Amino acid sequence: MTKPADQFKWQELTVGFVIPEPGTAREYHTGDWRSTHPVWDEKKCIKCGRCWVFCPDMAVFQKADQYFTMNPDYCKGCSICSRECPTEAITMLEGK
Amino acid sequence: MINLDLYAPLMLPKEELFTSGHRACQGCAEALAVRIVCKALGRNSIVAMATGCMEIVSSPLPTTAWQIPWIHVAFENAAAVASGVESGLKALMRKGRLPHKKITIAGMAGDGGTADIGLQALSGAMERGHDMIFVCYDNEAYMNTGIQRSSATPFGASTTTSPAGKVKAGQETWKKNMPEIMAAHGIPYVATACSAYPIDLYEKVKRAALVKGPAYVHCLSVCPTGWRIPSGDAIRYGRLAVETAAFPLYEVIDGKYQLTFDSPKLKPITDYFKGQGRFRHLTPEAVARIQERITRDYEKLRAKCENVNK
Ligand SMILES: Cc1ncc(C[n+]2csc(CCOP(=O)(O)OP(=O)(O)O)c2C)c(N)n1
Ligand code: SF4
Ligand code: SF4
Ligand code: SF4
Ligand SMILES: [Mg+2]
Repeated sequence: MTKPADQFKWQELTVGFVIPEPGTAREYHTGDWRSTHPVWDEKKCIKCGRCWVFCPDMAVFQKADQYFTMNPDYCKGCSICSRECPTEAITMLEGK
Repeated sequence: MINLDLYAPLMLPKEELFTSGHRACQGCAEALAVRIVCKALGRNSIVAMATGCMEIVSSPLPTTAWQIPWIHVAFENAAAVASGVESGLKALMRKGRLPHKKITIAGMAGDGGTADIGLQALSGAMERGHDMIFVCYDNEAYMNTGIQRSSATPFGASTTTSPAGKVKAGQETWKKNMPEIMAAHGIPYVATACSAYPIDLYEKVKRAALVKGPAYVHCLSVCPTGWRIPSGDAIRYGRLAVETAAFPLYEVIDGKYQLTFDSPKLKPITDYFKGQGRFRHLTPEAVARIQERITRDYEKLRAKCENVNK
């Protein structure tokens, strides 16, 4: 676990600013940026995975029932998933 | 019959080596390119990356979006550092200080970091024959510092240093042909790719990693912010760049050219320009001039390719 940059004292910084723990960007929730959000209509979904593969924020994931949805912590609301879905199963709605 | 291609995304590895929480703009297809490239590189990889959008958005201290060893270097020397890492590992393995194993070394930079300021380091690394990959994420300008033109900016594009106005109509030079420059080094593998074709990008980086010696992958990476398009359109414009041959996809394997998609009939360049703010000012005369050049360049490329009907 890490803390925000402004809470660091200079003595705590590592030599060469090495970040020893991988993937810590996850602690920053880009979902706050969202002004529209995608909604999945599972009746239309063919489970092809295009919404998953094209998300630049790794915010789409496959649920246990094999359908896809987004992680509200990271989805920035870009609407790529909705534009690229071949069956128009994803609609963008106003708001978070 | 079901279209199996439609389900191809499911074949890619699920593990993300470039993680959520990075600060790229909404709909950044350059971040998507990094994501897919990392999937292809796999866990046993080391990345040296020049400054630029992808470095800035992935590593604001004290966090990192990288799950693999990654080093941020200066703007000009990603290829030099990657080649040094490769040589260092080789020496350590030879001396028995590290177990022998395959580690993929990748240098990465934007188009500015590749075609302009990093070109000398890249040329040297390729010429010396290091066993490494270099990936150029080409969003066709210096995006991170506010959309300045680079030598990879296409003719006619308006940027903050090639602005379209009363006197000038955007960039006045033609896009530098980086993949050809790399092919001229006689390295075993050169490819162009685009994150709008993630499976193809994945396969090309996989092939590049398997090659013994230097490999170069030039990845068109649509930037909604700099191209002045809606964030949801980044993939669509990547596809149009390929379908109009503004950015054709091909490989050069041991000197042999192979077209990735050969479209018998190209879409007109206007399909690609339409809706892109950076090309909005272009007159029909300018568009005709660009179309002529793109058609000619594509025919030249086709003539070199061994897998097309001539
Ligand atoms: C020697 C040097 N000059 C200028 C800069 C400022 N700078 C940082 S990123 C950048 C632009 C990078 O452009 P590009 O390589 O195309 O990557 P992009 O941001 O477009 O992905 C510039 C000019 C720098 N860091 N170092
Ligand atoms: S792209 Fe559309 S059809 Fe395919 S998995 Fe996602 S929601 Fe389902
Ligand atoms: S809207 Fe954009 S960020 Fe959100 S899930 Fe869809 S592709 Fe990902
Ligand atoms: S400026 Fe362009 S390349 Fe840079 S993060 Fe934003 S969308 Fe991506
Ligand atoms: Mg750039």
